[in-house]
Amino acid sequence: MADTEVGNMRVAVLSGKGGTGKTLVSVNLAAVAGDSVYVDCDVEEPNGHLFFRPKVFGSEQVMVKIPVVDATRCTGCRGCVDFCKFNALAYIQEQVVVFDEMCHSCGGCVLLCPEHALTEREKIIGEIQYGFSRETMVATGILNPGEASGIPIIKKMLAYAKAVGDAPMFIDCPPGSACIVMESIQDADYCILVAEPTLFGVHNLAMVYELVDLFKKPYGVVLNKCLSEENPAEIFCRQQGIKILGSIPFDAELGTMNSNACIAARESLVYREMFSSLLQTVLGEVRNETIADS
Amino acid sequence: MKIAMPVNDKSMKASISDTFGRTQFFLIYNTESKDCLYVDNSAAASQGGAGIKAAQLVIDHKVEALLTPQCGENAVKVLQPGGVRIYKTTYISVMDNIVAFSKGELALIDHIYGGGQGGFHGGHGGR
Repeated sequence: MADTEVGNMRVAVLSGKGGTGKTLVSVNLAAVAGDSVYVDCDVEEPNGHLFFRPKVFGSEQVMVKIPVVDATRCTGCRGCVDFCKFNALAYIQEQVVVFDEMCHSCGGCVLLCPEHALTEREKIIGEIQYGFSRETMVATGILNPGEASGIPIIKKMLAYAKAVGDAPMFIDCPPGSACIVMESIQDADYCILVAEPTLFGVHNLAMVYELVDLFKKPYGVVLNKCLSEENPAEIFCRQQGIKILGSIPFDAELGTMNSNACIAARESLVYREMFSSLLQTVLGEVRNETIADS
Repeated sequence: MKIAMPVNDKSMKASISDTFGRTQFFLIYNTESKDCLYVDNSAAASQGGAGIKAAQLVIDHKVEALLTPQCGENAVKVLQPGGVRIYKTTYISVMDNIVAFSKGELALIDHIYGGGQGGFHGGHGGR
């Protein structure tokens, strides 16, 4: 953290559930930041590319290792079946059977087998597409349907995005607070939590708030879909002493732009200014953290 | 013939468990000798793949029929090649289901849930 310049800060955008506005916030922040990197870690249904419509310059497949059984060597000791914490192996009719989609590719069974009856093969679980939309580099992780975990895709994508340079990075996280979100925020300098103005929104906000607190990440909240009436998420933030970075109104114009897959900050002066001001607030927060840490 | 049931207690008066993979216990009942064996389900606390592990336990006991209210796809992939026929329970009590099974009144299960329903990663929930 101490060696982080604001120029290459990494900002993760999270929320406890889908549809709160993670993509809205991360896409628009990346768009107003000029030279920037946008990383779509919501690999089960990435949608940032629908807004950016990037010119794709490259893609790569993501593979994991899955065990293969040589039945002629297997003596049926079941060491591998008992070892597997994910129950990806079963012993049926005197044969070890592999459940590919349960396997977490730890490689333990292969190391363990006394008969060397297990080897590994590569299995494609998805791909990453890289492209440009104006000055924003867009990385999109795509997990194939039916696969257990998108974590290998996120690891690879973030490693690549980190290696390409010092532009600020905006990480559009998957919803929730599970392993895949932890992986996405691992190297983030700052976390933006997006919250809806309902009691349910407070519940979802509390989930990600606990997560970033546990990870000791600096964070702030963006209140989305704000109406003139009382906002339970805002009350929660005030009670917990959580920094509110900004509020986005529940606005028909914004909704229309969004549903037409337009980037509000590129289409409307009002929203360009709103997201620029939000970006400045976030930059200020990251700068403070950097000073506080050094 | 040995039949297995997911049960909530180690008793013939027990009720059938709502789940297969994460049931606390299995009752393994021998229809000829009337012997009862209660087995702790080691799969209940699994992070993921509980159905596979529970099904492994069932086939390891040389069970020929499983009576259960529901069963996942991955469990079926172990049970079927393992020679287990899967019947749907129609009663809450263990005894009622055994009687119904003996009279040939239980139907083979017709609806199979998709694999990996509720593992450590929360299945496909959380959205």
